[in-house]
Amino acid sequence: MSNNLRFKTSKFIDETYRVSFKFNNKTYFGFKGDTLASALLANGIHLVGRSFKYHRPRGIMTSGSEEPNAIIQLHDNSSRTEPNVRATEVEIYEGLVASSQNCWPSVNFDIGGINNLLSPILPAGFYYKTFMWPASFWEKYEYFIRKSAGLGKSPKVADPDIYEHKYIHCDVLVIGAGISGIMAAKMAAKNGFKTLLVDEKSYLGGSSIYDNSEFSKINNQITSSWLEKEINEISKLENLEIKTRTSVAAFHGYNFLLARENLTDHLPINQRENKVRQRLLKIRAKKVITATGSIERPLIFDNNDRPGIMLSSAIKRYIDLYGVACGENNILFTNNDTAYETAMSLIQRGIKINAIIDNREQIDSKISYEVEKNNIKIYKGYTVVDTYGYRRINKISIMKLSKDGQTVIGDKTKLNCDCLGVSGGWTPAVHLFTQSGGKLKFREEDQVFIPNVYPSDQISIGSCNGDFGLEEIIKNTLSSIKKFLDIDNSEYKTVETISGLNQSKRNIWLLPSDKSKGKSKSFVDYQNDATAKDIKLALREGFRSIEHVKRYTTTGMGTDQGKLGNMHALGIISETAGTKMGEHGTTTFRPPYTPLTFGTIVGRNVGEFFDIFRRTPIHDWHVANNAEFENVGQWKRAWYYPKDNENIHQAVQRESKAARDSAGILDASTLGKIDIQGTDASEFLNRVYTNAWSKLAIGKCRYGLMLNEDGMVYDDGVTTRLDENHYIMTTTTGGAANVLGKLEDYLQTEWPELDVYLSSVTDHFATISVCGPNSKKIVSKVIPDLDLSDEKFPHMSFKNSKIDNIKCRIMRISFTGEHSYEINIQANFGKSVWEKCMEAGKDFNITPYGTETMHLLRAEKGFIIVGQDTDATLTPIDLQMDWIVSKKKYDFIGKRSLYRSDTIREDRKQLVGLLTENPEEVLEEGAQIVADIKKSPIEMLGHVTSSYYSPNLKKSIALGVVKGGKNMLGQKLIIPMENKNINVTVADPVFLDKEGERLNAKL
Amino acid sequence: MFLINCPFCGEREQSEFKAGGEAHIVRPKQPTELSDDEWAEYLFMRKNIKGVQFERWNHVHGCRKWFNMVRDTSNDQIKAVYKMGEKPPVK
Ligand SMILES: [Zn+2]
Repeated sequence: MSNNLRFKTSKFIDETYRVSFKFNNKTYFGFKGDTLASALLANGIHLVGRSFKYHRPRGIMTSGSEEPNAIIQLHDNSSRTEPNVRATEVEIYEGLVASSQNCWPSVNFDIGGINNLLSPILPAGFYYKTFMWPASFWEKYEYFIRKSAGLGKSPKVADPDIYEHKYIHCDVLVIGAGISGIMAAKMAAKNGFKTLLVDEKSYLGGSSIYDNSEFSKINNQITSSWLEKEINEISKLENLEIKTRTSVAAFHGYNFLLARENLTDHLPINQRENKVRQRLLKIRAKKVITATGSIERPLIFDNNDRPGIMLSSAIKRYIDLYGVACGENNILFTNNDTAYETAMSLIQRGIKINAIIDNREQIDSKISYEVEKNNIKIYKGYTVVDTYGYRRINKISIMKLSKDGQTVIGDKTKLNCDCLGVSGGWTPAVHLFTQSGGKLKFREEDQVFIPNVYPSDQISIGSCNGDFGLEEIIKNTLSSIKKFLDIDNSEYKTVETISGLNQSKRNIWLLPSDKSKGKSKSFVDYQNDATAKDIKLALREGFRSIEHVKRYTTTGMGTDQGKLGNMHALGIISETAGTKMGEHGTTTFRPPYTPLTFGTIVGRNVGEFFDIFRRTPIHDWHVANNAEFENVGQWKRAWYYPKDNENIHQAVQRESKAARDSAGILDASTLGKIDIQGTDASEFLNRVYTNAWSKLAIGKCRYGLMLNEDGMVYDDGVTTRLDENHYIMTTTTGGAANVLGKLEDYLQTEWPELDVYLSSVTDHFATISVCGPNSKKIVSKVIPDLDLSDEKFPHMSFKNSKIDNIKCRIMRISFTGEHSYEINIQANFGKSVWEKCMEAGKDFNITPYGTETMHLLRAEKGFIIVGQDTDATLTPIDLQMDWIVSKKKYDFIGKRSLYRSDTIREDRKQLVGLLTENPEEVLEEGAQIVADIKKSPIEMLGHVTSSYYSPNLKKSIALGVVKGGKNMLGQKLIIPMENKNINVTVADPVFLDKEGERLNAKL
Repeated sequence: MFLINCPFCGEREQSEFKAGGEAHIVRPKQPTELSDDEWAEYLFMRKNIKGVQFERWNHVHGCRKWFNMVRDTSNDQIKAVYKMGEKPPVK
């Protein structure tokens, strides 16, 4: 059979290069140049899948990216598997393996097909209406629904292919390389514009490249010959870059477009190694010319979805481009002249046409007379009322249309066929235009939406602009491109065209049938199985807006976004509701135009590049010393350093005990550091912090709290006065960038009169914190010249110093409550100074500790962590930090908000300490805090913000926020957990050394 | 993605910038003199216009300068950009 279907006349197919491939576990052959669809058709295969809802057999319907039915799984069960691929777009290669989707156990016998028999009870909204009640049953329904109604399978292992992103800047982008696109690209490039021409196909020329008809000629040459010369000419232009297999996915504002360039998908797998598979092009074009052509409309009649029913233009493409006949007994069904072009292509190759059914009563064009001359019977004013054949169409029945086209009259005639080509006219491909924000208008004469208002510097030409005749396309392309590019020379002298086609059309959105109302199944959306009946039901149930009807019936919601049927849905809505086309909205086409792989979207941002992290200068030491890391903002911070087989708890207990008993060392390099200089630096700090700064002496450090203007705590940290007009501010690790942004904001917008300059120096310094009773001895070994006496170097002060002749800044500040020093040194010396400290601390059991121990140590002291104990709803008063809020200062950021009626409420959530009744019981962070568990509903008073087992206090400690907690000292509260209630007592948040004896101890 | 003409650097991708809310809201010079309602007006009340809107933007991944922008929120057309402290060049 397959021999009869292949015609050796196509120059696009390389018959010397045979390609074997597998479809549903059977091996077939095709030729280089075939798509999977053309190769299957050449093997006589139409049935390739099952429909989504009713599991009806479905066949290849189109020859392009608009395909709704022939979506397949590539390379199932392999790392390269890809679901929902359109067979019409896959170029075959040696080793291709494809299988049908959405059918079980096989495409020829599908158990879900029973849904087809149940269809009277599966109308639009069926799932919504049925499976809603009882709500608790949803989980049970869902399992079965998902199993029987799914598309392809996602891959289960990592994608082995390489993808990348690339920016392209051009003067003119031309999308689509049909006649008008080729002409536009030539005019732009020859007039000095840097031009990029892209087309989704592997060849240039669009559907005109295989147009060999005597009925459309340019300058007295057959269209394809004329076009080949044009292509040959533009391929030599220096100013023009041409990319084929490149599909524009998105057209955003400001002429920013995303396109996917397919580089290896057409190659045999073994030739793809180490090559980029797909590239996402990010295109910035000064001007965009959209020449995306048009998509043929199907016709909506009863049982219009059987395998073997195809677009008429697809049949023409398969025979002219691929040399493949889609059937041996063809019937064409049309409402316009383009089907006669298909007829001529079939006639030229001697393929049998049984009849042409034409909705029109009057047909008056050269091409139709020519077809009639070939003894083809044309049924004028007729329509198809039904089709027959389960896995492949074998018959149709036709009847005469009434004058108004709303009913059928007369006798029914049955005609045999194995392929039915349908043509309902053409729909301009305005998808990209509308994505860009363009507004459409409806043209009544031929019932099409065409571009009307352009939102950016762009233009649509050719049939995507509603120009369908050859003469019109060429004439309008020349004049509008000249105007659009503001050029005098069009590069074309006279272009004479001859066309045997006439533009008349008889548009009937939903063709009538002799069946009683509600009995016919006329599909509008093939992929989602939405019928005309479903749309009418939605209207009866009160839906009006196209967006609502769409969601209720799922019309246009498939992976093809309803490229074929959306116009009919709109037409049926407007006819049924008696409104004008477009009055209920046109559907919005959203990017991507055709689905993209995840690989293309992420490009090279995979693995360690998925979310790039920052390392401190001491990072390698932490790795070498077995640290576990935690993510803080973008930083990787050492979390704890397990020894032997310690778990996190054991490691943290050891580390925190060592820090208090002898010495601990922490890498604090991630803390944000902002260098502040200028004659108004002190005044500036006065305004951004809650406490007073003007009297801070040079060489002293002070802790500061920063609020938002709403009075809520924003950030905190120690700032040091290095000189008269020079400060260094530290911020939290995660808040550094935001704090700098906020300070710049005030400086530039509210207080431009202040002489202050800010610089982020976070990355410039490594910061090493050495703490504990032996810290002084260790630091004095590392910096012997520095006088560490309490008199010369008291707590909260700073000294410039040198380590091995390298300048460094030493602060005596503490976040642990222990005597401690912070060494700041140029980042690249960080690791060696750290190692020096480790060496110097050897005799004192110096113990590196991570963020977890740091959190524990500060919690013992009741020091807050902004972002952990606070959440942008707490004022300093709520945190019981009244001491840091200056009463004397006239103003600072957030001051006025501290006495708004809301912030002075007594029952706000306030920070408290929590002690468990059982000292061994450690609370869960985030757990709710309540007072009365008998009351219903139970009132939530707050939650636990920090919780640890303290090895130094030998008991569990926690911080939490509790409504009115400030006045609840000693009160018993309850933490209700899943299996138990934990009793706690409200305590002072400072658990250890409230008097600061450890900090001030004489060492 | 917009192209924004930073008044200090020239045309750059939107991804280099951060939006900063409504423009021309001056922080009161004497907050302590204000009633709760007056302070709340400054603190919380912002316009959200469909149409021409005056906005603050920061070239956060560039020169770090704040500036003003006039943008039509219905179609994202940028009508003007101008420096802080300057009067809007369009109405
Ligand atoms: Zn800038």
